[in-house]
Amino acid sequence: MLEAITDHYNYWLVIFLLMAGLFVTMTSGNLVKKIVGLNVFQTAVFLFYISVGKLEGGTAPILTGEPEQFSNPLPHVLILTAIVVGVATTALGLALVVRIRETYGSIEEARLQEADRQDELRAAAEQGR
Amino acid sequence: MAFLDHVAILQVAVPLLAAPLCVMLPGRHLPWALTLSVSWFTLICSVVLLSEVSAGGSIAYHLGNWPPPIGIEYRVDAINALVLLVVSGISAIALPYARTSVEHEIEPDKHGLFYTAYLLCLTGLLGVTITGDAFNIFVFLEISSLSTYVLVATGARLDRRALSAAYTYLVLGTVGATFFVLGVGLLYMVTGTLNLADLAERLPPLAESRVVQAAFAFVVAGMGLKLALFPLHAWLPNAYAYAPSLVTVFLAATATKVSVYVLLRFVYTVFGHEFAFIEPVLAWLVLPLAVIAMLAGSVVAIHQDNLKRMFAWSSIAQIGYMMLGLALANASGLTATVLHLFNHALMKGALFMALGGVMLRIGAVSLTSVRGLAREMPWTFAALVIGGLGLIGVPGTVGFVSKWYLILAAIEKGWWLLALLIAAASLLAVIYVWKLVEAAYLQPAPQDRERVRDMPPDMLIPLWVLALANIWFGVDAGLTTSVAGTVVHAFLGGGS
Repeated sequence: MLEAITDHYNYWLVIFLLMAGLFVTMTSGNLVKKIVGLNVFQTAVFLFYISVGKLEGGTAPILTGEPEQFSNPLPHVLILTAIVVGVATTALGLALVVRIRETYGSIEEARLQEADRQDELRAAAEQGR
Repeated sequence: MAFLDHVAILQVAVPLLAAPLCVMLPGRHLPWALTLSVSWFTLICSVVLLSEVSAGGSIAYHLGNWPPPIGIEYRVDAINALVLLVVSGISAIALPYARTSVEHEIEPDKHGLFYTAYLLCLTGLLGVTITGDAFNIFVFLEISSLSTYVLVATGARLDRRALSAAYTYLVLGTVGATFFVLGVGLLYMVTGTLNLADLAERLPPLAESRVVQAAFAFVVAGMGLKLALFPLHAWLPNAYAYAPSLVTVFLAATATKVSVYVLLRFVYTVFGHEFAFIEPVLAWLVLPLAVIAMLAGSVVAIHQDNLKRMFAWSSIAQIGYMMLGLALANASGLTATVLHLFNHALMKGALFMALGGVMLRIGAVSLTSVRGLAREMPWTFAALVIGGLGLIGVPGTVGFVSKWYLILAAIEKGWWLLALLIAAASLLAVIYVWKLVEAAYLQPAPQDRERVRDMPPDMLIPLWVLALANIWFGVDAGLTTSVAGTVVHAFLGGGS
């Protein structure tokens, strides 16, 4: 049992980070902290892909003519793309948080929901006239 | 001919390249004209593709002439040709409508950026549909999603709730996409390929592998979030309700359909029905959720005052119908899913276009604000009624055709209770559509509201094109059912 953990510690780390990231994203009331959670969550997936590509004793995939064992370069390349996607998501998320702060005056989810509810009530009252 | 050889890539490359060009165009009309021509170009591409594959064949296009599995492959067969037609067709019809509506709802100096985001969204949706590479699906999915978040947030000029809706959508959408890419990673880990056709060949011997089963779970959960399967639908109602009219029309008609397509592709082509573990997942997880979505979505829709949100909840119910057909996994059920994918795009496209016209004229789309409005905007509300009848599934509209197949699928299985539930959900649709009709046609207009005219012709004509398509494909379902037949044959007939 212990070996199953130590031999694959990177995968256990991935699972832990996935859970931690998702937990923060779902439970945190602060919009910026949610983005941080999302980042941890995505990073766990990056780590997973890199782990998949690694071969024990494998070197960097550079052709030197000598027979060697290479790590698989494809997951790394895929993850470069995924990192770009992650950066774009973070940037857009933070930009939205800035706009929300300007418009609502708060970045706490509970306050936002309360403000949205007030908007709803006010709209209903105006139309009910 | 060179054009015909490269239709598959031009379909995606042209909108992608037009997007940065659009940022640089000055004014309001040029970006719109560019987006309009690109939309029509993609529509022509998808008609060409569909006519080539409707007989049952498939087109493979190797990017940069690198053969798979090294290169990325675009592969078009009947199902994705149909989805491409839906996406590009709705875009081509919505763009003439867009000019007046967007001018009314978006800041004048932001039009170039708005249309850029729109083009990127179009690129992403077309790319997800056409590609034959699992990781490429993720990349295009994120291109479309990121631009969608921007598009939803542009509704903030009219209602600040668009911002919080876009934020919720961003968080949940990213979680969904990350689940999906995790599933793809697990599949790559055991098969060493990302090409969907290769995956389909290499997976069956691994059916007992726990890794493959986990991958399936991640793909279903990820796509479930993206397509708003109950109970993963939390992002949808507000995102649709507060986005600008054009964005709601385009998203409601296409975005969730593309995710349904991806799920169909994974369940029926990549994994295939040889997998023993898929059937119980469909029967005991997806099917009950689809039924709950169908009923709960309709019940909540009844209680909405905001009409855009009412039809957004109705979308959740309609997605329930599509997932139900997918979960029933027999020929009629899949036919119903494929037909409803197409038909629901026509219905929701028409409904949200009509609501966009109401928004333009009176600045609000709630049950209370549209009282007596049908007398002033007769054409708009006639189209709304046609779309509403489609949601109910009245014979002669598109909704009837797909629900007919769905009820047939339930009866073939001998599940009479399910057939009754499908009919009950349709009756619930009668209630919310009737509430709209009652308010608009039977109630007197409030005294303090100014009289308004009907929508301008450039918005009315696209609306009626869609409304008439609702009737056309309801009366003569020959084209759609023959394509659906080809699709079902490929899915159930031992793969294509």
